Amino acid sequence: MTKSSVDIVVIGGSAGSIPVISELIEALPSPFDFAVVIVLHRSKNVISEMEQILAVKRKEIIVKEPDDKEPIQKKCVYLAPQNYHLLIEETHSFCLDYSEPVSYSRPSIDVTFESIAEIYTEKAVAILLSGANGDGSRGMAEMIARGGIGIVQEPSTAEYPIMPQLALDANAGAKSMTPAQISAYIHTLNV
Amino acid sequence: MDTQTQLTAEELNEIIQLIYTQHGYDFSDYARSSLLRRVARCMAIAEFKTSYELKYHLINDKSFFAWFLETLTVNVTEMFRDPIFYKELREKVIPTLASYPIIKVWHAGCATGEEVYSMAILLQEAGLLNRTRMYATDLNPVNLERARQGIIPLKQIKEYTINYIKSGGTNDFSAYYTAQYDNAIIHKEYREEVVFARHNLAVDQVFNEFQLICCRNVMIYFNQELQNRAVHLFHDSLSPLGYLAIGIKESLLFTDIKEQFEAISPLTRIYRRKK
Repeated sequence: MTKSSVDIVVIGGSAGSIPVISELIEALPSPFDFAVVIVLHRSKNVISEMEQILAVKRKEIIVKEPDDKEPIQKKCVYLAPQNYHLLIEETHSFCLDYSEPVSYSRPSIDVTFESIAEIYTEKAVAILLSGANGDGSRGMAEMIARGGIGIVQEPSTAEYPIMPQLALDANAGAKSMTPAQISAYIHTLNV
Repeated sequence: MDTQTQLTAEELNEIIQLIYTQHGYDFSDYARSSLLRRVARCMAIAEFKTSYELKYHLINDKSFFAWFLETLTVNVTEMFRDPIFYKELREKVIPTLASYPIIKVWHAGCATGEEVYSMAILLQEAGLLNRTRMYATDLNPVNLERARQGIIPLKQIKEYTINYIKSGGTNDFSAYYTAQYDNAIIHKEYREEVVFARHNLAVDQVFNEFQLICCRNVMIYFNQELQNRAVHLFHDSLSPLGYLAIGIKESLLFTDIKEQFEAISPLTRIYRRKK
């Protein structure tokens, strides 16, 4: 097997994205040789069971919320903690940030996409799913500008098509795919 | 708001150096990813297109730096943020603090004081406030002035009341403030118990000994070296068996002094200094 050309896959989702995220995690190649980061809009100041909700049947895959300064490891699936922005340091470790919400959201998808684009450049894939606001478009532009790949859920397949539609309108270089096509794409990423 | 202003790593280094030589604040060991965002944000608000404009104002515009420092540092905070943390404090920490004749508490990086007053309320409810000395420090003088005033926008009070109840609070939350126009003002008896002072975790030293230090979501802005410095400083500022509370997603695991602490609430990241 050749060395993977992708080091990180980052998935942004808001309203209506959870079933698709679970499907994409299930579709990861076995074994997968990159890190997966999920940025999901959700409520704060509640005890979150999202790690359990996203847990999939494949026992080798554990979804975890990273601590600040935790090194990013391949073969791991990370979920941005509620109420923090998730950034990436040059040392390839996570860095949390509690500054103002962006697009009314913390975590903001734009913030993480932009940070990953800056550090991982063409070794990154960004996937934007269902949602009801404009988060993610700008980060997707940054991802594509730095040579990474931008994929957007085909709006007609999204429970809330606004977020993917805005991202497609703003990014001619983004690819529109159905969840099944995204799954198939992710499955080929190690080759 | 647009934070798209581009800034290279090299330009950021020059700005950090300039701030240090011109104004004496050392940001060289701050986490670069968040600092880059913050500087870009300042530039976007000031409508500077290039780092030259920023540098020009940092050097030549005396009043600019105060605004810049205030905007650069993250001042976002909440009362009773992470209610489960306050619940753990009520149940696991405060009863032990009760055994000290005088209790000293330090809030490091207190921002605008919301967490300081949350703690004051817990101590009051435990009957301990009158023998507690609270110190709240921040590097930003504007924050300290706001914190000292204890003024909280009324529109946030509903969320804080919910947080307070989730933290195990059983009182009527409005017993702690007076509503005036669009603001809530924390009652004087809480404000009077707090000493507000400037302290910079990047350069300043130990100034007292404490039974409890709270420094939540401050060290996330530091790199690992500065995190180490801060945690050593906290260790040296704690009495034996004193408590250190950090943010729920912060960890001592990546510091070289982790062996000197014991986690007493791993979920909410409350640690205790070993003897």
